[in-house]
Amino acid sequence: MITDIDIAIIGAGPAGCNAALIAAEYNLSVVMLDEQASPGGQVWREKSRAILNAPRTPESVAGGLIRNAISQSNVSHLGGVRVWHIERSEDAFVIHYENAGVSCFLNCRSLVIATGAREYVQPIPGWTLPGVLGMAAATSIFKQDLIPIGSKMVVSGTGPLVFFVAAEQQRLGGKISAVVTSNTFLDWMKALPAMLFRPRLLFRGLRWIIALYVNRIPVYWGHTVTRVEGKSSVSRVEFKKIRKDWTPQGEPKFIDCDCVSMGSGLIPAFEPFQLVGISLEHNSDLGGWVPKQELDGRTNVDGCFICGDGAGIRGSLAAETHGKLAGLSAVAFLGAKISHPIEKLRREHAKATSFGEAMSKLSIPRPGLTKLTTAQTVVCRCEGVTRAEIEEEISLGAQSTISVKSGVRAGMGLCGGKFCQTAITDLIAKAKSCPVNEIVPPTARPPLRPVSVNTLAGDFNYSDLPISKPAPL
Amino acid sequence: MGCASALQMAEGGMKPIVLDQGDIGQGASGVNAGTLSLQIKRVKLMPYAIRGHQEWESMGDDVGFKKTGGYTLAFTDHEAELLHERMSLKAEAGAPIEFVSNSVLREAEPNLADRVVAASYCAEDGYANSSLTGQFYRARLKQQGVQYRENFKLLSVEACNDGYVIRSANTAVKAKKLLFSAGAWLKSLSALMGVELPVRARINTVSITERLPMLTRSVIGHATGLLTLKQKANGTLLIGGGWQGHGTPEQGRGQIDTDSLRSNLALARHVLPAIKDARILRSWTGFEANVPDFYPLAGKLPGYEDVFVLGCVRGGYTIGPYIGKLMGDYILERTTELPLFDPGRDFPEAVT
Repeated sequence: MITDIDIAIIGAGPAGCNAALIAAEYNLSVVMLDEQASPGGQVWREKSRAILNAPRTPESVAGGLIRNAISQSNVSHLGGVRVWHIERSEDAFVIHYENAGVSCFLNCRSLVIATGAREYVQPIPGWTLPGVLGMAAATSIFKQDLIPIGSKMVVSGTGPLVFFVAAEQQRLGGKISAVVTSNTFLDWMKALPAMLFRPRLLFRGLRWIIALYVNRIPVYWGHTVTRVEGKSSVSRVEFKKIRKDWTPQGEPKFIDCDCVSMGSGLIPAFEPFQLVGISLEHNSDLGGWVPKQELDGRTNVDGCFICGDGAGIRGSLAAETHGKLAGLSAVAFLGAKISHPIEKLRREHAKATSFGEAMSKLSIPRPGLTKLTTAQTVVCRCEGVTRAEIEEEISLGAQSTISVKSGVRAGMGLCGGKFCQTAITDLIAKAKSCPVNEIVPPTARPPLRPVSVNTLAGDFNYSDLPISKPAPL
Repeated sequence: MGCASALQMAEGGMKPIVLDQGDIGQGASGVNAGTLSLQIKRVKLMPYAIRGHQEWESMGDDVGFKKTGGYTLAFTDHEAELLHERMSLKAEAGAPIEFVSNSVLREAEPNLADRVVAASYCAEDGYANSSLTGQFYRARLKQQGVQYRENFKLLSVEACNDGYVIRSANTAVKAKKLLFSAGAWLKSLSALMGVELPVRARINTVSITERLPMLTRSVIGHATGLLTLKQKANGTLLIGGGWQGHGTPEQGRGQIDTDSLRSNLALARHVLPAIKDARILRSWTGFEANVPDFYPLAGKLPGYEDVFVLGCVRGGYTIGPYIGKLMGDYILERTTELPLFDPGRDFPEAVT
């Protein structure tokens, strides 16, 4: 087992892979750890190995190239492992991870965190019914299993992902009942200047939308799904027109369907940053709570660098250049002389960022979004806590995410609050009439993912237990 | 403890205000494992612990109180010896502790490991839900009309003609008397008054599992004191035992140590083998303050007539609500039901 290395990279998406590849050019030992078996992350997720052949897509081509590059490089790829804790020691980081049921660790002199984003879904009545899934979740299924989902899908959400999900569902032989998006045509026109720099992506997006119209699939611009209905699974959705601030208004309309893919944008998965000691700050343009960052992925923790959507939602193109820059920062931190043209990379990154930010702007939550969560809507899915219960706790005096969590268990379940904290933060801020950036997320605690007692305890002889002196009588 | 004192003072006609740097009840009392066990209390503190249990019992459902009974287990002859010696003294001090045979233990707790050499039982033992401490005391303070300020980052304390002015960045609070009941932060607080108290902090680790089928009904301990284990009504299992993490109160909330965590969980699995596949959802640390003789600080801050200190109780979660009341009485200049512990006493050389 490798235990002492120069650079560890957590996450093998576009950011992590590029950081690893560039760092490995400097004769340093580079290990890249990732939950998935193959590199690629969410955007370049590899198809299941059971599928021998499949038509190529831009994602599968780019993913194939990066997987090839990694396999031919000096990067040690540790796939199928789960990092559960990161510790700082004097001049190193200790990464604890689960590999096939065994807890292992490695020490690295420098660390690049490229753990990406997670999807935010604003809770609405019925969102916990079987048949409801996130938009990013749908794309994972499409990319990995190459199957459509359900027989009649409604896609509802923001940004380009709505159209990508609809396009992929159709390409794979599935049906779309309707596309509902909070964005208006005008929102998209505003994003146009940034998109002109990426004509191929613009063209691809246009093709998705045109295909919907050609296939006579209704597209509801400036609308949102307000309720999912069904007894034991989804049978139809209620949707409404929304005002400019995304407050639903007007008569409810209905569409029959058996599945709903919905999402309210991406947010950085910030728990690994908290564990390492990187401060967070709030930035709505970048997806909410993001790690404080300096040039080229530097942070307030010496030797720890960040890149990709985890550092703020800028999209996969920017993640690639960000990864390269953060990889080089790690190399420079270890004292090597950089031979890559950093200035040029920074310019490329700035360009990619302006495109990515234009896209994520389409998903920045507006005040009306939270109104979708009714009093009886379950906000914390793991513990089954409704908005009304959370609001009552706040009104009784719980003024922080930690207090709400302690009082009503919202965020204490299996997901550790990853699904509900954004909505809870909004509720507290609303009740206190303060900006949402004053409501800080709860302290992150390991394990980053649930890990079994056997894995954490390992092999053990009772006689080896380090028994300290008994407590004073 | 601060809240319990404040409530007592209010009951006695004073007008207290509670200031907390974070949220109420989110220090040690909000993050510990919630064990209420007379079997892990110090002999001399037993009268306080027994009354502490009565306090928790009267708080009842609002704090998730459950009197389940508790077993302490020994797995080797040496541990059995330790158990007999220690539990006999605690029983003499008034805790209703008895020794039980393996068959009695097995009948009550069939899922425990079958390698137990000796076991003691205390029917008074149980637990409360420490997560609810803040919610409970916040409600009581409101109900009694006691003011409180959360997120109050104290910057300075200054003496003025008839008391003290306590300042944060944007507020100032004036009070005739002060009570410091800030747990592991007592050291820095007293230092503001020019008094050095020999307060140290232990960094105790606690872990919680996902919801599991019912495996145990009692609170389970280990002869060495290195394990507490209990299953809540919702099925989650809390694992503690005072295994040490890293960090200092000044730096934040502390971090777990992975070696400690491994030993802690290995011991838990040794005692209750059925948890082997259970997933741990969170492991965290809390600071438990103590002084070198491991007895409470409860009385006047040395050199002051109107500044009081309460903390470092050793079993502070159990005893806190009771000793808080005593402190309230003391500040009200009433006779206390049991004696307090002078913070100005001589301490032995610090040995951990």
